[in-house]
Amino acid sequence: MQKITRDALIEKAQTLLDSGVVTRVLGWKKGDFDYDVTPALFTDIESMKKDFVFGDFCGANFSKYLLKETKKIGVEGKVLVFLKSCDTYSFNQLLTEHRFDREKVYAVGIPCDGMVDVNKIKAIVGDGIVSIDDSAEVIKVETLYDGVKELNKADILLERCANCKSRKHVAYDELMGEDGEVIDSNRFDEVEKLEKMSADERFAFWQNELSRCIRCNACRDVCPACTCEKCVFNNPNSGVENKAAANSFEEQMFHIIRAFHVAGRCTDCGECSRVCPQHIPLHLLNRKFIKDINSFYGDYQAGETVGSRAPLTNFTKEDLEPSEAVNREDK
Amino acid sequence: MQVNEYKPKIVAFCCNWCSYAGADLAGSNRLSYPAEVKVIRVPCSCRVNPMFILRAFQRGADGVILCGCHPGDCHYTSGNYYTRRRMALLFSMLDYLGIEKERTRVEWVSAAEGAKFAATMNDFVQTVTALGENKRLEDLRCKK
Ligand code: SF4
Ligand code: SF4
Ligand code: FES
Repeated sequence: MQKITRDALIEKAQTLLDSGVVTRVLGWKKGDFDYDVTPALFTDIESMKKDFVFGDFCGANFSKYLLKETKKIGVEGKVLVFLKSCDTYSFNQLLTEHRFDREKVYAVGIPCDGMVDVNKIKAIVGDGIVSIDDSAEVIKVETLYDGVKELNKADILLERCANCKSRKHVAYDELMGEDGEVIDSNRFDEVEKLEKMSADERFAFWQNELSRCIRCNACRDVCPACTCEKCVFNNPNSGVENKAAANSFEEQMFHIIRAFHVAGRCTDCGECSRVCPQHIPLHLLNRKFIKDINSFYGDYQAGETVGSRAPLTNFTKEDLEPSEAVNREDK
Repeated sequence: MQVNEYKPKIVAFCCNWCSYAGADLAGSNRLSYPAEVKVIRVPCSCRVNPMFILRAFQRGADGVILCGCHPGDCHYTSGNYYTRRRMALLFSMLDYLGIEKERTRVEWVSAAEGAKFAATMNDFVQTVTALGENKRLEDLRCKK
C-alpha cells in the first residue's frame, strides 16, 4: 500500500481551497506531544502548513465532527474532510440517519495502513517519551531516560487496526491512491473466547474491566453513532448519570445501555476503545452485539450502504425467540 | 418452628391487550400464582425499553419477565416482533456479562390463556427461587 504523505494532503487541500470547492478543512493538528494529535479546523493554507500533521497517530474519525461543521450558520461553502476507510462507514451511517447535509461536505478518501496506539508504546518503552518519528515502518521513539528505541509498527497498532475489517472506502467524492478490500478479520475471536468461559468467569472478567470506568463519557462523546442531542446519561433521574461510589450496578447499567443504544448502528470504528482513558475494551461489548446480530438475523455491516435498515428497526416473522438466543450453542 | 423462607421479588411486564387480560382471566378462574409476582401493565410489550428491565433489577427485582401477545397478534400489528429482537440481544448480552440467564424471560400469553399465565408465573418463580437473590445486578443505593 502506498503511503500518503502530509505534503500530498496539504497539496490536495490547497487545490480545493484555491478553486473554491471547499472553504475549510477538517484535519489533524499536533498536540503537546507527537502522539496526542488533535482534530482541528483549518480555514487557510498557511495555518495548515504550520500545524497540520498526518502520521500514525491520526486515528481520530472526523465523521461526527461534520454534524457541527455543516450546521454552522453564516458559513458558506463545503468543508473538506479526510476519511480513512473505517471512517467512511461512520460517514454513511450518519447519512442513513439524516444527521448532516451531504451537499455541504467534500470527502476525500485516503488509504490507511493502520494507526498506532501510544499506550502500547508506553507499555514497551515506559514513561518520558520526548519525540516519536513515525515516518518509516520502524518507529523511532526517543525517551528521556533510555535514549532512542526502535519499534515495529505491526506490534503497536491500535486494536481496531490490528483487526481491521475493511480497507475499502464506502463513501467519498474523490479517492487518493488505490482502494483496498474488505478484510476477513479475526475481530470476533476475543468475543468467542469470552463466550466459552463460564458465567462466573465472565462476570469476574467484566467486573474487573468495568469497575475501572470513571464515567468520563468520552466513549459516548466520540462515538459517531451516539448523536442524540439529549442523552439519557445526562438525566439526573436515570440513576446512572454519575459514577456511583459503591457497587458495580451503575457501571454495568451504563455499559449495557451504551452498547445497546448503538446496537445495529455501531460500525465497529473502534473510536470508543481508542479514547477510553481507562483502557476498557468497549469493542468487546459492541462486537458481541454485532456478532449476535450476524448470527441471529444474517450478516449486517452498519454503514456499508446509505439507507440500509438497521436490524433493530426491522424484523421477520421467523425471528428466533429470546430463550433460543441465550441457549444457542454457536452464539 | 418458624422458617424464614426466601421469597424472590418478581416483576412481570404485561401488555394491556393480551397478557394483562390473561392475568385477569387467571384471577377470575381462581387459578393461583405466587404473590411475589408484581404485574406492571404496559400498552404493548414493545413499550418495554431495555432500561426498564435493568431498572427493575437495580431496584431489587430478582427476576424480570416480559409478557406480550403471541407473534402476529400484537394489538399494534408488529410491536412484539421488535420486542423479540430487542430482548434476544439484551438477554444474550446479560448472559455475556455473566448474569444468570434464568432471571430474565419473555413469554407470549394471550387473553384466553389464563392457565398458561398462572403456570408460567409458577414456573418462573420456582426457577428464580432456586437461583436465590439477585446479587450481580443489585444497587446498594436502592437497598432499604
Ligand atoms: S460504539 Fe465505538 S466502535 Fe461503535 S460506532 Fe461508536 S465509537 Fe465506533
Ligand atoms: S471512556 Fe472509558 S472511562 Fe470514560 S465513560 Fe467510557 S468506558 Fe468509562
Ligand atoms: S399489544 Fe400485546 S404485544 Fe403489542
